[in-house]
Amino acid sequence: METPAVTVDHCTRAYGDFVAVNDVSLEIRQGEFFTLLGSSGSGKTTTLRMIAGFERPDAGRILIGGHDVTWQPAHRRNVHTVFQDYALFPHMTVFNNVAFSLRVKRHSRDDLRKSVMEAIEMVQLAGFEKRKPTQLSGGQQQRVALARALVDHPSVLLLDEPLSALDAKIRGEVREELKTLQRNTGITFIYVTHDQEEALTLSDRMAIMRHGKVLQVGPPLQVYEQPADLFVAEFIGKANFVPGVLKSVEGKKAIVQANGSTVGASVLSPIEIGSNVVVMIRPENMRITAAESAAGTIKQSSYLGHGTEYLIDHGSDVFRALQLRRRGEVPLPEGAKVECHWNWEEAIVFRK
Amino acid sequence: MSRHGFQWGKWLTGGFTVLVLMFLHLPVMIAIVFSFSDATIITFPIEHWTTRAYHNVLFEPSGQRLRESLGNSLMVASAATLVACVIGTLTAFAVQRYRFFGRSFYRVAIAIPLLLPGVVTGIAMLVYFTMIGIRTGLVAVLLGHITFCIPVVFSTVASRVARLPRSMEEAAADLGANLPQRLVRVVLPSIFTAMLSGALLAFTLSLDEIVVTYFLSSGTTTLPVAIYTGMRLGFKPDNLAIISMIIGVSGLLIALSQWLVRERR
Repeated sequence: METPAVTVDHCTRAYGDFVAVNDVSLEIRQGEFFTLLGSSGSGKTTTLRMIAGFERPDAGRILIGGHDVTWQPAHRRNVHTVFQDYALFPHMTVFNNVAFSLRVKRHSRDDLRKSVMEAIEMVQLAGFEKRKPTQLSGGQQQRVALARALVDHPSVLLLDEPLSALDAKIRGEVREELKTLQRNTGITFIYVTHDQEEALTLSDRMAIMRHGKVLQVGPPLQVYEQPADLFVAEFIGKANFVPGVLKSVEGKKAIVQANGSTVGASVLSPIEIGSNVVVMIRPENMRITAAESAAGTIKQSSYLGHGTEYLIDHGSDVFRALQLRRRGEVPLPEGAKVECHWNWEEAIVFRK
Repeated sequence: MSRHGFQWGKWLTGGFTVLVLMFLHLPVMIAIVFSFSDATIITFPIEHWTTRAYHNVLFEPSGQRLRESLGNSLMVASAATLVACVIGTLTAFAVQRYRFFGRSFYRVAIAIPLLLPGVVTGIAMLVYFTMIGIRTGLVAVLLGHITFCIPVVFSTVASRVARLPRSMEEAAADLGANLPQRLVRVVLPSIFTAMLSGALLAFTLSLDEIVVTYFLSSGTTTLPVAIYTGMRLGFKPDNLAIISMIIGVSGLLIALSQWLVRERR
């Protein structure tokens, strides 16, 4: 098997009583776009900083390209970081910022100029090389940070919430550019974010972190469709949750007693009969049919263009259902009576 | 707010500005005027205009003491500034970047020489230096000046270091720069202007310090003390001539720095 680009081997890092990273192990493959997703305090940034060499794990090892770098300082590691605040050198021009890593390695002059101009062109900033960082927009500064980090072709690029300082409109553009850049360079990207949409759209694989632990590692599709636990299910995407008690399991199919009726769902991991459980149904899997005597009432109907999202009052629950638009179909009006149901294969039961 | 006729507001602010400027600078002007006087007492109008005082200060043996003391002043101020720059900057980094026992006490303690009256510092140092066997003289004066120059450099540099994002140094390390490279290429350029302004302030303070210097010097001394002791023996235009020349040189330097700044933009 191929050597992983980065291995985080049972790493723990605490600050006083606060355990920021708690026995985390990860293997990031060569050329992969890997995302660490979690809310603040989940340990994602600390993990990234341990890979960069700004933090040393209290226990565990960090391997880059199969070599143990746990005790190597940041400047000896062949990884570069794009910082949240970009951390451009304000007293240097764009050219000198990008040239920094080559200068400290004492590259020859001609070589240096060529590499720097290539990197600047790669991020579409040709013509800006004589500007100072303060004379650039946020998006342009971001590109300089990228060019600076990629100019000497590191084995791994670490990105710490690189889009959070940009406004919403540019964020989408830069996100697409990042993905293109990663595909074109083939460099392993490790990307830290709290934005699940960024994680889903960019990643080849992602790790969901919480309280210093990794809850699940997998491709976005797997994380979205087969969340490891209730927290991941709630954290990624929107979902409906129906609480109940597990009555029986037959193969993959579970029967759950919920609000006086029984519903079906699939089981991903073994759960004891009689446990308190929660059934999760994604809005796009929630089917609705109009019926005069139905228990549900459409409280809110939001037209999204490509479909319609309904909020449905259903006894003690409020359900969210997303229906993609089909030709000739008219969205149901607010106040309409509807029945809510789902295929058991498309719902998942979790231990509460 | 009258749109026609006499504009009271304009004239009032203008007049007030002139008064303030006169209050600040008239004494200096008068000192310059009297440096061209022949008399040994201050009388007005001046009867004989002469540049003899300038001639004395620059070339005559009678100006020797002033010339020497000016040299001493410049030497002490330069050396004190240099030492204060090194110690003050290092201290600023220590206090801003590292946590150690007594850090906040240290931060206050280092500013004390600035706050203490010169008499206190002067006497204290005189007693201490005598005790440990440092004779009064230029070296003692230099040590005295360093104590109040350090906090000046420290405070300007410390506030810059506090605003220097940590990620900047991390970025430099991340891009492969070792510690000396990080210092020379990233840290020093970022704090250079703060060091410079701290140094200028320290230099100025040292240059016109009298009290501490008075206690710690003997025989050869600095210009302010020489002028002060000279004036007590009677008015001499020579003293005014040398400060007029200093004012002239300072004015030229200020003009030069302004011009340099303008060229850059």
